[in-house]
Amino acid sequence: MATATTKVTKDLTKKSFKRRLEDFARYIRRNPSLGVGIALLASLLLFVVIGYATYEVERFRPLSGGPDLAPFESDPYNPGTRDGGYILGTDRQGRDVMSVMIAGIPLTLQIGLIAGLIGISVGTVLAFIAAYYGGWVDQVISTIVDVGLTIPGILILIVIAVNIQSGLSVQQMGLAVSAVAWVWPARTIRAQVLVMREQLYVEIARLSGTSGFSIMFKEMLPNLAPYIGASLVGSVASAILASVGLEALGLGPFDSPTLGMTIYWNIQFSSILHGMWWWFGPPILVLAMIFVGLFLITAGLDEWSNPRLRKRV
Amino acid sequence: MTFRDILASIYTNYVFRRFLFFLLIIWIASTAIFLIPRLSGQDPVKEKLLLEAQRGGHMQAGLEEMAAEYSRKFGLDKPLIVQYGNYMADLVRFDFGPSIAYFPKSVNSLIGDSVIWTFGLLAVCTFIAFFVGTIAGALLGWPKSPNFLQYIFMPILTLAAIPYYLLALVLIYIFAFNLDWFPLFGGYAVATLPEWSFRFTFDVIHHAILPASSIVLASLGFWALGMRGMMVTNQGEDFMIAAEAKGLRSIRLFFNYAVRNAVLPQTTALALSLGTVFTGSVLVEVIFRYPGLGNTLYQAIKLNDFFVIRGMIFIVIVTLGLATFIIDVTYPLLDPRVSYKKGS
Repeated sequence: MATATTKVTKDLTKKSFKRRLEDFARYIRRNPSLGVGIALLASLLLFVVIGYATYEVERFRPLSGGPDLAPFESDPYNPGTRDGGYILGTDRQGRDVMSVMIAGIPLTLQIGLIAGLIGISVGTVLAFIAAYYGGWVDQVISTIVDVGLTIPGILILIVIAVNIQSGLSVQQMGLAVSAVAWVWPARTIRAQVLVMREQLYVEIARLSGTSGFSIMFKEMLPNLAPYIGASLVGSVASAILASVGLEALGLGPFDSPTLGMTIYWNIQFSSILHGMWWWFGPPILVLAMIFVGLFLITAGLDEWSNPRLRKRV
Repeated sequence: MTFRDILASIYTNYVFRRFLFFLLIIWIASTAIFLIPRLSGQDPVKEKLLLEAQRGGHMQAGLEEMAAEYSRKFGLDKPLIVQYGNYMADLVRFDFGPSIAYFPKSVNSLIGDSVIWTFGLLAVCTFIAFFVGTIAGALLGWPKSPNFLQYIFMPILTLAAIPYYLLALVLIYIFAFNLDWFPLFGGYAVATLPEWSFRFTFDVIHHAILPASSIVLASLGFWALGMRGMMVTNQGEDFMIAAEAKGLRSIRLFFNYAVRNAVLPQTTALALSLGTVFTGSVLVEVIFRYPGLGNTLYQAIKLNDFFVIRGMIFIVIVTLGLATFIIDVTYPLLDPRVSYKKGS
């Protein structure tokens, strides 16, 4: 008898994976912004995969072709072999812009993912510690977070990057950005944990003698997972924003063809004043797609994880 | 009332607590700026000096003087805590030392030359973006506003996700390079000198339109989204239902009830957004070669002019902290529900 009841409640609370997937698909139809966002990022990834499979990505290096070649302009430095030119032309230093895009998109996303994941993990742990223990622990953590929110992260990142200088790698760039990426997640997740702490099931768990640690990680964390997932997308977006900003200022990995470094070379060589649209156009378009895509996914996931926002899109 | 009571009441005072927070921001930021170079194990100032010494040329004259100034300033032989004390004492006096690249020009005068440009540009942009974005968001979050507004404003909302400088690159290519409506770069025409004349003012505005539009367009969405969210949240509140039940006219409901309450959190967002607006505009200034702080910072980074970088970052943080403090302190005047007395 007792086992039967537990089984029923389990069936009620735990949906099958297929059911969840169907729910999600139905939700995307109702909330197009999530679908459009995922489509934007997926098309970029597809572009990278097809690019690596079919294109000579190695030409992202300088001096791979003649400088300043418009798309399909024949390359006087490689006579005979490159009469058809390059699909997106070359930049001032002879990089093939198409190769730069194919190689640059995953690098930029990688920086964002490293910083976003570290930021969200540190932020979540701090948020749980602060909200669960309360008292002076909370006071200290919240005050530091409030200070961190007031000081623009990129200014601290500039000081860090100016001091490292000896050629950052892409991974180090991700680590550097994560130094400021935990602040916002810590703040928002703390607020969520505070609300959740007052809920009945947490109260019951506490009354039945569950330890603080297991209340946090077994009861509350799974319930916050959708919210944390939504903030992960947001913090990946702001990490990419910060890293591209740093790179455009000339504080990035100089030998890597990331999107931000491409913007930097564009600014450095005034590509706009020379009308080289094939050089500054692609990175702008790709970055816009990444930012808008992540933004739409965040907005969509926010509504999904927080149904109160669903009233009106 | 004993002395202790007075002390206690001062401590729980809202303004005093906000002021303490302001000091804490500055202390943490300046300590971070002090510690980071020491953690990295490299010394940008020394490296820069060595580089210049090897290169010789025009820097040679000030080099010895600078090296002396440098070791005196940091007292590199002294323990870390003394260095920290000296550094803090310099900051309190707003003495950031000389620029390395433009020696003997001081960091303060470099910053002073450019601050007015950035301040003017950002003040106007923030005002316009706040005003227009808030109105747009209010209309978007209002159930009775016509549907076509959604289609007009939705693309603008997505612009919120795009960094200012990407928009700046696009605008400069279309309106300055192709259409030639606006100048390509600068804060004023190359051949003129800054003066208070009608023509010069017009020239400055003409130069500022493109950088300003990229900042305004890209930040409109932030305000619109925040306002829309608050309008939607207010929709179900008791005071809205009561006002509607009274049979008040729509326009009165909209302005006096919904907007009046939704706009309050926007002002707190204003405090937090100032930092974003400044850092976002740095690269816009670089792209337009606008003679403001952002461009000075960029030049300093390129020349590895550490004192300028450090001084500017410190001043920006103090300004932002001060702005936050002012907004926090005036907030209870706007929203009577937040009282001055009780600690946060």
